[in-house]
Amino acid sequence: MRNDFRARGHSSYLAFMVQRVSGVALTLFLPLHFWALAQALEGEARLDQFLRWTEQPLVKIGEVILVLLLAAHMAAGLRLLALELLPLQDWHKGMLAAATAFSFAAGLAFLLNLI
Amino acid sequence: MTTSASPRHAVTASPNLRLQVLLWAAHRISAVVLAICVFVHLAVIIYAVRGGLTAAEILGRTSGSIAWAVFYGLFVAAAAIHAPLGMRTVLSEHFNWRGRSLGIVTVLIGIGLAFFGWRAVYAVVGAGPA
Repeated sequence: MRNDFRARGHSSYLAFMVQRVSGVALTLFLPLHFWALAQALEGEARLDQFLRWTEQPLVKIGEVILVLLLAAHMAAGLRLLALELLPLQDWHKGMLAAATAFSFAAGLAFLLNLI
Repeated sequence: MTTSASPRHAVTASPNLRLQVLLWAAHRISAVVLAICVFVHLAVIIYAVRGGLTAAEILGRTSGSIAWAVFYGLFVAAAAIHAPLGMRTVLSEHFNWRGRSLGIVTVLIGIGLAFFGWRAVYAVVGAGPA
């Protein structure tokens, strides 16, 4: 099964990979996020200076991707918790669809408010 | 194993297995806390970015707020438990990294995230506008 491409094309495998990749990306992003917020230690003006830097289009695209990753990691994680801890195995495809829908809805809501 | 009073006793006697179960539980419990925090965080950031972010708006909401301090303090604590344990699994399964060195790196990631996370919380809640 390890080398079977059909297993890797399965929706559950895709959900597994999305959760792994988003988890690693979010963990790598966290120190940057904490550093950005800590700019407030040097005063409101310093934080404003950083926030003006984030107005660049590429940074905004990055922010939308991060919101998508955060929503996807949360939704995929809740699906995994439900599969592990609740008798909902028959609902796994529905939960996968709900997790995907929630992720894109959060990303779209953020994007529409950002632009 | 055959000298053990019961198979259950033999299994629970393994410190490594107990640690694995403890880490699994910590990862899942922190995930439940994070799910609530992330949901609130997403709602706040989607609302807050309307019309652009400013330091005055961010600090006006968080500065001196005990409620936000508790919320973000808990958020950081849960992330500082959850993220290193997730990284530990990824490093172990994808890079075949095992043993004490992996444990040390996991703990260091957790300590780093907790320190810098709580420092960021202090920056927006405790320090306030300059």
